Amino acid sequence: MTSRPSPVSRRRLLAGGAVAGLGAVAAAVVTTDRETPVQAAGPDTGTATVPFYGARQAGVAQDPPAHAAFVAFTLAGGTDKRAVARMMRLLTDDAARLTQGEPALGDTDATLAVLPARLTVTFGFGPGLYAVAGQRSPVAELPAFAIDRLDKRWSGGDLLLQICADDPLTVTHTQRMLIKDARPFAAVRWVQQGFRRSPGVQSPEHTQRNVLGQLDGTANPRGPAIDPAVWNADGSTQLVVRRIRAEIEKWDLLSVTDKENAVGRRMATGAPLSGTDEHDEPDFTALDDAGLPKIPDFSHVTRAHVTDPAMKILRRPYNYDGVPNALGHPDAGLIFAAFQRDIARQFVPIQQRLADKDLLNEWITPIGSAVFAVPPGCREGGWIGEQVLA
Amino acid sequence: MRNPSIRRRTLSVTVLAGVLATLGLAGCGGDSSSGATPAPGPSTVAATLTVKDPWVKAATAGTMTAAFGVLVNDTGADITITSAESPASPMELHEMTMKDGKMVMQPKQGGFVIKARSTHELNPGGDHLMLMKPAAAIEAGDEVSFTLKLADGSTVPFTAIAKPFAGAGESYDPGMAMPGSAPASAMPMGSTAP
Repeated sequence: MTSRPSPVSRRRLLAGGAVAGLGAVAAAVVTTDRETPVQAAGPDTGTATVPFYGARQAGVAQDPPAHAAFVAFTLAGGTDKRAVARMMRLLTDDAARLTQGEPALGDTDATLAVLPARLTVTFGFGPGLYAVAGQRSPVAELPAFAIDRLDKRWSGGDLLLQICADDPLTVTHTQRMLIKDARPFAAVRWVQQGFRRSPGVQSPEHTQRNVLGQLDGTANPRGPAIDPAVWNADGSTQLVVRRIRAEIEKWDLLSVTDKENAVGRRMATGAPLSGTDEHDEPDFTALDDAGLPKIPDFSHVTRAHVTDPAMKILRRPYNYDGVPNALGHPDAGLIFAAFQRDIARQFVPIQQRLADKDLLNEWITPIGSAVFAVPPGCREGGWIGEQVLA
Repeated sequence: MRNPSIRRRTLSVTVLAGVLATLGLAGCGGDSSSGATPAPGPSTVAATLTVKDPWVKAATAGTMTAAFGVLVNDTGADITITSAESPASPMELHEMTMKDGKMVMQPKQGGFVIKARSTHELNPGGDHLMLMKPAAAIEAGDEVSFTLKLADGSTVPFTAIAKPFAGAGESYDPGMAMPGSAPASAMPMGSTAP
């Protein structure tokens, strides 16, 4: 693309708040993929759909919609393998209809189903479901990490529904419908509701910020790079969901420089401390004037860095923000959701390195943790989990 | 369409059936949302009645329950359903009616008539296919087979998935229309049939 970006698109880009500083502005002007003007959210936002049927489940490789509910269930004592199969037929049918903007069968509020807003429903199976099915679980609970302060209230689960859409009312209705149909088989174990930027606020290729102001997801695989990191040959993947409380009161005490040393990236641009652009590859050998590494070896980016494309993870996080306490201290943080082919091979080593030494641990606390196998998608007429439960 | 809980797909089917049938294009009953895969609609030239989106309310053994869905008549003639059968339970065709100031259900005299090129919704609070006394529990996620018998002697088989459903708790009034039936004592659907 040789034409100059229009002033309007550049202004909108800047208004998006993703870039600051002269260097970043220059990059925004010359880098083609940053010139996409932000589209105003219009009526199409409500009617947009993501196909439900396919070899792989939806809600993984797509850009994350603005709102999500992660709903975990505990199977009831009397729910055997055949009952789980009946439940999955029902829930698959609900998801197939609702994601296409059609009411579920027996939908008591059918008018709430007509604006899917890129709704996806992604099913995950915990170790307990495989035990009921009499099969070896592809996933195992994570090892205990020294940084964890896990609360049962946010941990574990036999079945997970990841419900995502660009509209919170759509998520609410879908959550209600699916919970109703799961109730004969399972109890709600926990629900975590989260959000990202609203549609139209930033163009989708921008890395979004978390509640600590950090650009979160810069190193994510994108496009074709997602495949080797995320998808197994049978169309399955694996999901880690961790609730990470942000210690914002403590974070507030830091200077920007302190924050940048903890993260290893510039707060404004997301650029590694060794570079100038968000997507510059971090150079851990680069030294500053004092002869020290420009990116401290205790920084988050140093500890989390992965170069092998097959060992990366796909982060799909959502922010949460509950009710502040009487002192005004927030209850906020991150619903860390990451997809990978194999949790044990890909996620656990990264998390272990972070737990062993990551300065950012001073300002974040994992308070919930769960693992799920995400079975392949299904064809029309089929149902999610038929390979495991049929 | 008298019920607010109209399915979008039903709506498009109805519109298409009216507008496009004459063009020979009926049947592409997809919704119009962007990027949506067209939803499967009734077959292009429905020779007879089709049953769309069927479901049945899950129930314990011996408990009255009901099946619902959308009856679609793509033909140029009215179709009358005279009865319904299921291996799961004895069946009746029911309608809802006002009696002594409250809505009760009762057998539908003359069956359900589905007008030419129109749809007829069976839903909680309206016309429905009544399972009078299921021999065994109908559990959520079960698939239950049914057969509709039409006035011309033909039959329409279909399968409905069982859903947990808290509503559809209508009172049953067998009424005077049923020779030899019990006196008209209102009985809520979901209680054990006599």
